[in-house]
Amino acid sequence: MNAQLTQFLLSGLTIGAIYALVALGFAIIYNASHVINFAQGEFVMIGGMATVSLLQFGLPLLLAIPLAVLAAVAAGMALERFAIEPARGASSVTLIIITIGASILLRGLATLVWDKKLHTVPSFSGDTPIQIGGATLLPQSLWVMGITLVIVLLLGWFFGRTLIGKAVLATSHNPVAAQLCGINVRFVLFLSFGLSAGLGAVAGILIAPITLTSWDVGVMLGLKGFAAAILGGLGSGVGAVVGGLVLGIAESMGAGYLSSAYKDAIAFVIILAVLFFMPSGLFGKKSADRV
Amino acid sequence: MTTSQVSKSFKKLLPISALVAAFAAPAWAQDAIKIGAFLSVSGPAAFLGDPEQKTLELYIEKINAAGGVLGRKLQLISYDDSGDAEKARTFAKRLIEQDKVDVIVGGSTTGATMAAVPLVEAAQVPFVSLAGAVVIIEPVKKWVFKTPHTDRMACEKVFTDMNERKLSKVALISGTGGFDKSMRAECLKVAPTYKIQVVADETYGAGDTDMTVQLTKIKNTAGVQAVLNPGFGQGPTIVTKNFKQLAVNLPLYQSHGVASKEFIKLSGDASEGVRLPAAALLIAEQLPDSDPQKKVVVGYKQAFESKYKQEVSTFGGHAYDGLMLVVEAMRRAGSTDKAKVRDAIETTKGYVGTGGVVNMSATDHMGLDLSAFRMLEVKKGVWSPVK
Repeated sequence: MNAQLTQFLLSGLTIGAIYALVALGFAIIYNASHVINFAQGEFVMIGGMATVSLLQFGLPLLLAIPLAVLAAVAAGMALERFAIEPARGASSVTLIIITIGASILLRGLATLVWDKKLHTVPSFSGDTPIQIGGATLLPQSLWVMGITLVIVLLLGWFFGRTLIGKAVLATSHNPVAAQLCGINVRFVLFLSFGLSAGLGAVAGILIAPITLTSWDVGVMLGLKGFAAAILGGLGSGVGAVVGGLVLGIAESMGAGYLSSAYKDAIAFVIILAVLFFMPSGLFGKKSADRV
Repeated sequence: MTTSQVSKSFKKLLPISALVAAFAAPAWAQDAIKIGAFLSVSGPAAFLGDPEQKTLELYIEKINAAGGVLGRKLQLISYDDSGDAEKARTFAKRLIEQDKVDVIVGGSTTGATMAAVPLVEAAQVPFVSLAGAVVIIEPVKKWVFKTPHTDRMACEKVFTDMNERKLSKVALISGTGGFDKSMRAECLKVAPTYKIQVVADETYGAGDTDMTVQLTKIKNTAGVQAVLNPGFGQGPTIVTKNFKQLAVNLPLYQSHGVASKEFIKLSGDASEGVRLPAAALLIAEQLPDSDPQKKVVVGYKQAFESKYKQEVSTFGGHAYDGLMLVVEAMRRAGSTDKAKVRDAIETTKGYVGTGGVVNMSATDHMGLDLSAFRMLEVKKGVWSPVK
C-alpha cells in the first residue's frame, strides 16, 4: 500500500479510536435516559488535566492515571445526582440544555482549578516512531488503539454477560418494564453517567501525549464524538465504535486528498448528511411510532 | 419644615459645600493616568497574553513606586479576550467608551488588533499593538503603532538564513489565524527577492491536533529542502512534534510567534535544531557587553523572572516596550492629551527596547529594522544564537 495512504490511515485510526471512546460515552447515557450528554467532552478534558496535575504533584504515571479517571467518574456521578436527577420528569430537550449548562460550568471550573495554558503528558512508552510500510506510527498511537480495543471488548462482556450490564441494557429497552422487574432504574442512570465519564477520561488521557491538553479540549472532541455517535446510530455501541473509526479516517483522508483547511468541517458535514439521508445512522434502530 | 426654614438650612449648607468642593477639586487633578489593555491571557494565545499582562502589571507598579508619570499614578485597566477577535473588539469599545482610557497598549494577536483598529481610529485614542502582522502598520494608520517585529521581517530573516545555508526550496505549513495567514502571504511575496521557491503550501485548522497528514504531503514533495511554519500557539508545537515523528529530516524554521521557553517545553526533544528569528531578549546573557540592547534586556529579564519565577519571553518584552514608549511619549509631550501623546510616540528616536532600537516616523509606526532580529536555534533545550 502506498506509504502516504498508510500514513493517513494510521493517523485516522488513532484519532478515530478516541472519537469511538467519546461516542460510546454518548451511547451509554443515551441508552439509559434518552439524554444526549453534551458535557461528555468535558470528561475527556478532566481526564487529561487531572493527570497533568497529579503528575505535577510528583505521582508516578501508573498512579496518576487511575486517580484521574476516578476524578472524572466522580464528576460524572455528581452531574447525574445534582443536575439530571432533580429534573427527572422533564422533557429530553430540557435535560439536554441542562447538560450544555453543565459543560459550560465544568469548563469554567477547569480554568479555576487549573489554568488556561496548554499542558503535556509524557507518552506512556517513549516517542521513538515505529516504521510501518513507509509510514511512521507513534508508540502512543498503539496504546490508544490497543486500550480502546480492550475497553470495547470489556464493555461487550459487561453488557452481555454480567447481571448489572444486562440490567442497564434492559433499562435502555424499556425503563418501565425494567423497573417492574425490580431493576433500580435510578441506580442504572447513576452508573451510566459514571461509566461514560470514565470512558471519556480514558480517551482524554490516551490522547494527551499526542495532542496536548488544556481547559477547552472538550468542546471539539465532544462535538466530534457526538458526530461519530450519530453516524453510528445513537444508542448503538457497535455503531459508536464504527462511527468513531469512520469519522477519524474520513477526516484524515479528507485532509490529505481534499483540503487540510476544512478538516473540522468534515465531522459536521457528516452530521448533516446523516440527519438528512439516514437519521438512524448506520446501526441505529429505526424508530416507529404507534398511531 | 416650613419653606423659610428649608431655605435657611440650605443657605447654611452653601458655604460648607463650597469649602468641601474646594478641597475635592485638587484631588481630581491627581486622577490616575488610565492605561487600557485587552490581552489574550487565556486560550490558544495565552503564550502571548499571559507574560504581557504580567509585564504591564509589574512595570506600572514600578513606575508608580518611583513617582508615576507627570506627577500622576498609572492605572492599568485590562481585559482578557481569550484570543477571540470578537471579544477583543468588545473590550476595546469598553475601554474607549466606558473606562475612558488615555491610551491603549494591547492586542496580543493580529486578529484582535485589527478588530480594534477601526474603533481607535474613530475615537482618536493612541494604540500601541503587541501583535505581529505587517498589515497593522501598512498602510500606516494615524493612531496605531506596534512594538513587535513584523511577519515580513521574519520571512526576510529566515530567507536570508536559508541563503547562507544554500537552501532554496521551501515548503510552507501554516494555520488559519490572522498572524499565520498574514505571514504566509508576506513570505510568498518576498520569496522571489531572495531567490527562494515555495514548493508546497499546506494549511491546518486553528484547533487541529494532528498535522501528520499535511507533513506527509510535504515530505513527499519533490526537491523540498526546508520547511517554514508561520504561526503561534498550539499549532507549531504539534507541527514540530509531528515533524520529528515522521522523521522528515529537513531544517525546520518557526516564526517569532513561538519565541518562548514554553514552546521548547511543550515540544520536548522535537524542538532540537529548530531555528527562528527572535528578539535579543531570549539570549540576554549570551549577548556581548558591547551590544546596545544588553543592559535593557538583562534588566527586564531579571525583574520579570525574580517577580514571577517563570522564564521571560519576547512577548512580555513587547509589552514592556509598548508601555515604555507610551510613558516616554507622555513625558516628552508633557501631557496626556491624546493628540500630543500620539505625536510624541511618532517622533520616538533611538529608544533601546527589548525588541531592538526603535526609530519611528510618520511613515513607519514600528521603527525596527532587520538587525533587531537575531537568528536563534534550539540547542540542548535552550535558545542559542546562530553564528
